[in-house]
Amino acid sequence: MGADPLEPDSLGQVETQTARIFTTDAPLTLASGANLGPIDVAYETYGSLNADRSNAVFICHALTGDAHAAGWHPADKRAGWWDNLIGPGKPLDTNRFYVICANILGGCLGTTGPSSIDPATGISYGLSFPLLTVADLVEVHRGLVRHLEIPRLLAVLGGSLGGMQALDWALRYPSELATAVVIAASSRLTAQNIAFSAVARRAIMDDPDFADGNYAANQTTPDIGLAIARMMAHITYLSEDALTEKFGRDPHPASDTPGFGIDFAVESYLDHQGHVFTERFDALSYLYLSRVMDYFDPFADPSVLDAVRANPVKFLVMSFDTDWRFSTEHSRRIANQLERAEQPVTFREITSPWGHDSFLLPLPSYHDTLRAYFDRALSEVTR
Amino acid sequence: MSLRPELALLAGLIPSGSRVLDLGCGSGSLLADLIANSDCRGTGVEIDPAAVVAAISTGVPVVELDIDTELDYFADNSYDVVVLSRTIQTIRRPREVLQEMARIGDQLIVSVPNFGLLRNRLRLLRGRMPMSRDLPYSWYDTPNLRFTTLADLEQLFAEIGLNTEQRIVLNPSGRPAHTRGHLANLMGSAAVYVLRA
Repeated sequence: MGADPLEPDSLGQVETQTARIFTTDAPLTLASGANLGPIDVAYETYGSLNADRSNAVFICHALTGDAHAAGWHPADKRAGWWDNLIGPGKPLDTNRFYVICANILGGCLGTTGPSSIDPATGISYGLSFPLLTVADLVEVHRGLVRHLEIPRLLAVLGGSLGGMQALDWALRYPSELATAVVIAASSRLTAQNIAFSAVARRAIMDDPDFADGNYAANQTTPDIGLAIARMMAHITYLSEDALTEKFGRDPHPASDTPGFGIDFAVESYLDHQGHVFTERFDALSYLYLSRVMDYFDPFADPSVLDAVRANPVKFLVMSFDTDWRFSTEHSRRIANQLERAEQPVTFREITSPWGHDSFLLPLPSYHDTLRAYFDRALSEVTR
Repeated sequence: MSLRPELALLAGLIPSGSRVLDLGCGSGSLLADLIANSDCRGTGVEIDPAAVVAAISTGVPVVELDIDTELDYFADNSYDVVVLSRTIQTIRRPREVLQEMARIGDQLIVSVPNFGLLRNRLRLLRGRMPMSRDLPYSWYDTPNLRFTTLADLEQLFAEIGLNTEQRIVLNPSGRPAHTRGHLANLMGSAAVYVLRA
């Protein structure tokens, strides 16, 4: 499905657009109190708004995602990252839904982030870029929704860090969305989660080419550190069984004598993942966005539930049984907090062998659930 | 969509505006009816994946968990009504589940097929396991793990401090019977109880 831009269920060619959502004169005041502007946002849209503008679904991407969720760009070797979900006849059927996906604040794929040029200095922000929170990411999404003149979203949907954004949005602005779909996410990282991120950040910051975050001025990039960070993170995105299934203990074909090179197929795979990642992702964005996840803890403030108590949101919370990055316990905690605030919560644990990355895969029970949920949500606003 | 008669009977027992937890909600038809017609809110619990998706399609919030072991998901006194419709005979620990229901809800509604129905007793006397409209399964292919008569069930209610506010005995055709007292255990094919701790 969707393996080809000419397939009937493919969106075909799509393009990324950019909007200036905040400016130097009208900046975004971040949760920290710092001001940030200008903020440009890269986004894509698929499908069409209906007459009463009630069919819009906002996709929040995960740590290293981008605005290109579906369809094809001219140079693409593969379709957008959630193309199996979005397109004609797919669970997010673009014949009926209007789908929006934006690169997140702090990212490096079209939206303002730490490697963007600071207009005050004419050089990249580097580590002078302010620390961000999930709430700040959501404020920029909200700005885009205002820009697109959508009065209320049918759904906000995301996996992992994307799920955190969907949760935060629903908790703080429940009147702006009918449903929130929170997949393989967490409302509070564990020590183990933070520990993995700490090693990733250390790999980046201890790379000599990191140069205290001023690497752009040196015309270098800390590729070794960023690749190591990605290699390690990638291990956590898959289950042990998934790695066994994919690679087992197979030798790397080009390896003939044991040594300290790439002897096993799994090593070759990780090396490749690390390498391609440095071609599309920025080390500073990795630092900033992984920190965003570490500090996310919305339920630490009991009053965070006041808004949804007054104005309930329909929630769909889902986890995958082999996900050890954000295990079902993380999702159960989210569902349970919402249940205790008497929200209409649907909660499923999906069986899948593939670990955290399952949320990106077209698993039948997973996609059937999403399809049923979106169809119902649409029928409730259009009847 | 009209409810099957027993669900309509249950719906009629639930005050409008209630927050309702339906344990073993199936495809969610009771809750969908209560939400649409009785201004109720609520949650279904279901473990069959196909039924969970069907419930989602009817707009019912549904949680996929095991009634036997995972009801600690729900907070104390968080629902007005907790329903266990034709499910008690399929769970491993009915006593603990009833206690959990009393912890979670104010009013409990339990419906159950009656193993003690005269026709069932006669089948057993003839040496055959009971089968009927309310117990339609062969012994080797049944979701039912626990077989109870109304008398046994009522004894369990009493032991764990559940007071029966109302009992509606159903005859073999599924309609409320006018049977009273001990005859119910002989003539009732099923019964619906309204209980409170």
